[in-house]
Amino acid sequence: MADLALDPRAELNPTLVQGDQSYASLTDTISVITESKPPKQWYYAMAVAIPLAGLLFVCLAYLVTTGIGVWGNNSPVGWGWDITNFVWWIGIGHAGTLISAILFLFRQKWRTSINRAAEAMTLFAVACAGIYPLFHTGRPWRAAYWLFPMPNEPLALWQNFRSPLMWDVFAVSTYATVSALFWYVGLVPDLATLRDRARGLRQRIFGLLSLGWRGSARQWKHYELAYLILAGISTPLVLSVHSIVSFDFATSVIPGWHTTIFPPYFVAGAIFSGFAMVITLMVLARWVYNLQHLITIKHLENMCKVILATGMIVGFAYATEFFIAWYSANQYEKFAFINRAFGPYWWAYWTMITCNVVSPQLFWFKKIRTSIPAMFIIAIFINIGMWFERFVIIATSLHRDFLPSSWGYFSPTWVDIGTFAGTMGLFLTLFLLFLRFLPAIAISEVKGVLHNQFVSNKGGH
Amino acid sequence: MSQFVQINPTTTTGKKYWRSLSQLSGTPEFKQWVEQEFPAGGVDAISSSSRRNLLKLMAASFGLAGLAACRRPVEHILPHSKGVEGLIHGKPLHYATVATVGGAATGLMVETHEGRPTKIEGNEKHPASLGATSAHMQALLLNLYDPDRAKGVKRNGARSSWDEFTAWAKDEFSAAKQGDGSGLRILAEHSSSPSLQSVRNEIARKFPKAQWVEFDSVNFDNPRLGTALAFGQPLEAHYQYDKADVVLALDADFLGLDSQSVLPVKQFSAKRRVSDHNSQINRLYAAESNYSMTGAMADHRLRLRSSDIGALALALATELNIGGALKVLSNASDDKARFVAAVAKDLAAHKGRSIVVAGPRQPREVHALVALVNQALGNTGETVIYTQPVVTAIDSLAAVNQLTSDLNSGQVKTLVVLGGNPVYTLPADLNFAKSMSKAASTVVLTAEENETWAAAQWQLPEAHIFESWGDARALDGTVSIQQPMVAPLYYGKPALEVAAIVAGLENTRAHDIVKSNWSAKWGATAEKSWKQALYNGFIDGTKLETVKPSADAARLFAAIAPALKPAPAGIEIAFFPGHSTWDGRFANNAWMQEAPDPMTKIVWDNPALLSQTTATKLGAVNGTLLTISAAGLKATAPAMVMPGHADDSISLTLGYGRSACGRVGRGVGHRIEGLRGSAAFHIAPATVSNSGATYQLVTTQEHHTLEEPITGKLRPIVLEATMAEYHHHPDHFEHAVHVPEVVNMFEQFEWKGQQWGMAIDLNACTGCNACLVACQAENNIPVVGKDQVRRGREMHWIRLDRYFTGKMDDPQVVNQPMACVQCENAPCESVCPVAATTHSPEGLNDMAYNRCVGTRYCANNCPYKVRRFNFFNWNKNLPESQKMVFNPDVTVRMRGVMEKCNYCVQRIEEKKIEAKANNRAQLKDGDVKSACQQVCPAEAIVFGNINDPQSRVAQMKKQQRDYVLLEELNIKPRTSYLGKLRNPNPELIHG
Amino acid sequence: MSAIFSKKFDTTLRLAVAGVVLVLAGAGGVAAYLFHPKQVDTGYTPVQPVPYSHKLHAGNLGMDCYYCHSTVETSSFAAVPTTETCMNCHHRVREKSPKLQLVRESYSNGQPIPWVKVHRLPDYVYFNHQAHVTSGVSCVSCHGRVDQMVEVKQVQPLSMAWCLECHRNPAQNIRPVEFVTKLDWTPEGDPVELGLKIIQAKGIKPPTHCSGCHR
Repeated sequence: MADLALDPRAELNPTLVQGDQSYASLTDTISVITESKPPKQWYYAMAVAIPLAGLLFVCLAYLVTTGIGVWGNNSPVGWGWDITNFVWWIGIGHAGTLISAILFLFRQKWRTSINRAAEAMTLFAVACAGIYPLFHTGRPWRAAYWLFPMPNEPLALWQNFRSPLMWDVFAVSTYATVSALFWYVGLVPDLATLRDRARGLRQRIFGLLSLGWRGSARQWKHYELAYLILAGISTPLVLSVHSIVSFDFATSVIPGWHTTIFPPYFVAGAIFSGFAMVITLMVLARWVYNLQHLITIKHLENMCKVILATGMIVGFAYATEFFIAWYSANQYEKFAFINRAFGPYWWAYWTMITCNVVSPQLFWFKKIRTSIPAMFIIAIFINIGMWFERFVIIATSLHRDFLPSSWGYFSPTWVDIGTFAGTMGLFLTLFLLFLRFLPAIAISEVKGVLHNQFVSNKGGH
Repeated sequence: MSQFVQINPTTTTGKKYWRSLSQLSGTPEFKQWVEQEFPAGGVDAISSSSRRNLLKLMAASFGLAGLAACRRPVEHILPHSKGVEGLIHGKPLHYATVATVGGAATGLMVETHEGRPTKIEGNEKHPASLGATSAHMQALLLNLYDPDRAKGVKRNGARSSWDEFTAWAKDEFSAAKQGDGSGLRILAEHSSSPSLQSVRNEIARKFPKAQWVEFDSVNFDNPRLGTALAFGQPLEAHYQYDKADVVLALDADFLGLDSQSVLPVKQFSAKRRVSDHNSQINRLYAAESNYSMTGAMADHRLRLRSSDIGALALALATELNIGGALKVLSNASDDKARFVAAVAKDLAAHKGRSIVVAGPRQPREVHALVALVNQALGNTGETVIYTQPVVTAIDSLAAVNQLTSDLNSGQVKTLVVLGGNPVYTLPADLNFAKSMSKAASTVVLTAEENETWAAAQWQLPEAHIFESWGDARALDGTVSIQQPMVAPLYYGKPALEVAAIVAGLENTRAHDIVKSNWSAKWGATAEKSWKQALYNGFIDGTKLETVKPSADAARLFAAIAPALKPAPAGIEIAFFPGHSTWDGRFANNAWMQEAPDPMTKIVWDNPALLSQTTATKLGAVNGTLLTISAAGLKATAPAMVMPGHADDSISLTLGYGRSACGRVGRGVGHRIEGLRGSAAFHIAPATVSNSGATYQLVTTQEHHTLEEPITGKLRPIVLEATMAEYHHHPDHFEHAVHVPEVVNMFEQFEWKGQQWGMAIDLNACTGCNACLVACQAENNIPVVGKDQVRRGREMHWIRLDRYFTGKMDDPQVVNQPMACVQCENAPCESVCPVAATTHSPEGLNDMAYNRCVGTRYCANNCPYKVRRFNFFNWNKNLPESQKMVFNPDVTVRMRGVMEKCNYCVQRIEEKKIEAKANNRAQLKDGDVKSACQQVCPAEAIVFGNINDPQSRVAQMKKQQRDYVLLEELNIKPRTSYLGKLRNPNPELIHG
Repeated sequence: MSAIFSKKFDTTLRLAVAGVVLVLAGAGGVAAYLFHPKQVDTGYTPVQPVPYSHKLHAGNLGMDCYYCHSTVETSSFAAVPTTETCMNCHHRVREKSPKLQLVRESYSNGQPIPWVKVHRLPDYVYFNHQAHVTSGVSCVSCHGRVDQMVEVKQVQPLSMAWCLECHRNPAQNIRPVEFVTKLDWTPEGDPVELGLKIIQAKGIKPPTHCSGCHR
């Protein structure tokens, strides 16, 4: 990304906003979305999303009243789709913060029109992710109580802070909080804009939400500082969250889990999948709301470049795992990886390789980087591939570990599938509501890149 | 009951915990239960005999019932009205008694809590037990509480009562009605009870022409008939495995179900135990069709059709040059010839210190020949001792044939069935159900409402052995008194009492019959001796004296040689008792159904076992339904390939496919009895065809070898060596695994004082499942059912890992008991977010159920995968009666909770508190025995304080065979294994 | 552009937010206090089927706890006496008293007296009277001055935290075994010192690991 930062075109490039746009027209195009009745595509999407979200609640209710047995989990495979989905969603959440924080600190102007949606996506993804660790215990009320980091009076006993699961509790909750703050602070000026365009109740609501924003120089000064600080806080989080999630596996003794490469490998993978999801959503959003002139090919192409880069990292990590397994001269370690590629779950492994390592290579070609359908399909592929990566790591490592006598096999039940589809529904519902009621594109920031002389309207100090 | 209904208003709200019958008694289910249990006519019985039992349970136990608008549920404490002698509430009582499965008896010590039998142990003083029991004995406990037992007397399905029956019987069994009794037949199970014998004599006196027929579908007739053939009198052979250096088992699973007690395992393992690399062990040869536990222990195993065993025995006799027989060996391949030659040589070299034994499936001629061979080898009187049989030695097959024809000819007016399930177990071609209906009146006494019960006019519930008085002989003749711990839960009576009713005795109470019977023998000292007998669990000086028979070789050969001709080529079927179901009497016992078969690891099923070659020939794979027909009888069974099974032979397991049975066993597996004709009851030639249909078989363990799939590399999990290797390289096992120097990153805890550990001798373990069932009983481990086992959710805390080594068509088998090994650096502990599993200062890996939230991270991180998770609330909808089986010292786990072996911590704590109260700082070795250790007939499992250098466990861990699994992980398991040794014959070692 | 909100609104809003936070926190605190075993369980004084007074028997008449609760030294469970035990005296003493009606009934018809349990632990807790009594923990430590109670009342929370307090430093509650049932007994000199001496002598190590109480 550094090269992007030095890319002179980034400064002068008009392709971040296309067409003849003035501040007013810009404000209009974006605000009008939240003010007028949504297009019918929006309703179609909702018609799919809401039933799915309903399915989630059905499945969870069934789970809580009956027991984990309604999933496919067993001994030896104690974690199946539950933790797979958890890691997958958390991973997706990464792109948002990355775009908002890191690209911001790197002065990547092209982030402006996608960062708002990406951040929203982060929040919703983390929300979906959070469901799994809580519910995979089968008795969430207990998990919630015992895991809450305070001594359990009247038990006068503490949690076990040596356990990576305990670290997860902190990592994920911190990440969720900071992302939410970051997102909301960024929203304030735009909420004010909406407030000023609105009347009546709508105006009062936005009035409350915009916290009395007036756009005075003093407010801008504070605002930019706050934004900068939050960006600073979030940046390490992008790296820490998935590192800690990876500790769930890295700190264990199970062959295929017990490896030091996990933190960087997981983070790269997370960004990889995150950007794939952003592309998926942006392509849809710009199609639904005709935002081609704001979410331009330039944005999408840059994201494809990021995907290509992180995809290579992930591929390298896969190779390294095999090398280390061989190099360790540890019989069990070696078998774990041979079993991945050629054991009962070979199909999962090769799906992962095809989707994550092979398919992004197409982004070497500008033609494909700039073709909407192509990148959309590849993005979907990557989303699938990254889900399989987590599944391969979790299920195939567990199903055949040390003692052949205890080997087993995992196959999902309809509740597994329902729960996963359900979280997708929840995610989609939330995202569509976001598109409908909040400015999906950071008006104030895009204004900042509208004319080059204004580039430094924020963060540039 | 009135009082209780008023104490525990049934109109209560709030959470209800079940704690004891007294609380239960408040609930509607209970009243309803009582209703079913004690039907009209039974009701007044509750006020007599069962009242005492009920009160015993109620008294001094808690009643609990939620009350509305109360900040906590009100619990009642219900003390006895009058004290009960010897009962200290909170302290279990132990009763010595005896149990009989298939004739000979085993002495038991039964633990009861507040009047509920909760755990069965072996009686250490009893000769047939020596403190150990089999899995079946352990499971008898669950039979007691089986909610599907026969409840109350019925007549043609309509409710009746014992009073009505006795009234009817008085007339039916009167001299006037029966005359000389030529129309009276009694069909019972083999019994060794002297008291029952006395009642039989009484009946014989009263009805001289009446006939008493004994039959068990899993019986030991052939060995006795064989000796009759050899010596002119039926005798019981007692093999002294602890004296034999060479043992040849001919289709005999004497370490498994082909013995009438666990004694042979005790004796054999004694000969198998080594202290160092200079010790000697015995050598075991096995020739068999099915892969048995004995075959698994064997140093050399020859796969052979059961029907070819006779020819093999003859060849052996020839080789040993006994009676100069002709050399015959059906299609003798080199393997067989070499086997016979080598074995003969080895046996000859160990005259008087060897044993040849044949299985009960083998025809009497084979047993006669075996007796002869032992005689020739000078084993008779040394390693093979003969006594009179403890059961009447008859050809029960012939007897039931006779009985059926008498029934069909209308000669039988009254048929009395005492126990068992003849309609299900008798030879199918006799079609006994139909014959039964020919008798004018039929009386059936059975434990459950089974196939025979359905076919009877008078349907009587049989009392469980823990509910009734009686007595029985062990194989060596030692008599034990069978004393009850609880009054009949289901209003049943024992066979003894019904026999007494038939005999028309005035006093038909089992207790009085047994006591008077023995008092007569004791005379003056009666009272004292009686108490003594009850206390010891056996009567001194009742052992039978040995007889020294001898056979005339030449005559015998002439008689039996023709019968030992090699069987014609083609597929044979052989019938085996079920490791789970025995002859079907355990079919409704969930513990047994879920206990994996020791060899196949199959649960809830009885596949047709065959070799890969035969399977290929039939175009069958695991689960293919085979249609088997023999002598006009037909049956289907799913095929399962058993590595090491003999070709052209199919092994079938009895006791499944019950049509009239309780909720657990009904329709589980396939009924094989339908194939057993009276002509060929044990082994039969058969035609088999592939039906094309398939059937789901469920195992707890695939046929894993120790070689990895794909890579084919060997995993150092079970370490093995031959005696020779071990002798020359005592450090063999230390070098078997190359573990780099492991460094501890953290300061290690100092394990001072009492530290618990376990050593498991792989050399002794036969994989018999006794530990698994004992653990289940002790630790309230739930049963999950076939489908859940298929999903990999079985709950057993200890599993018996079975691995094949060598060629898959003729492999060797090793067993490895695997439970939580209590790692000192336990991987499970560090990952639990709520510290629900932590370490005790005595080295136990504690599990606090109530703190567990169920992340399952511990189970994932366990390298041995010994943790078990409650995926559902397995104890939901448990029949009320079955809750009485729970051990009150162990928490019953909720769903979403992880559990695992904890070295029976409840036993440790109990003993520690006792010791402390008596100012003993430390426990003596053997004070605490884990359930698995206590039950193990092979004494393979030793548990104790590893910091006490004198303790048995410390001694074992000192041996050079001692190793821990996955040492390289530096998790420091407390359970270690002693490497397995085999003692192959150098002449037979080949590629 | 006209102001949507009045000047004061800011303050109102701030106050409102602060208020909500405070109320929630307060409610949490109060709940935590109320549902603490100290509040929930102590003081529980059910009505017993027979108006039996410990004050009269153990206090005024000075009967020893062991007389009725005879199993505390030998068993995990402190037995509630059989009706027989009551009748040992009461077939002569107050044999006509209407209060003893139920006792006499129980004695004649063999039905137990339904005493109401006062001190209750969860099913997964395995408390053992023998272990405590024989190492010198007095009845009074957990049950209070029963000899002064007309109706028995729970005086201690019997919560895990409360158990652990003592298991972590037991000295305060250890006394010579012969005085275990002397509820009013106090040593001359420092009880803790004495306790430590006895702990030394007997090698008392109260378990603080899970399986000590949970099995």
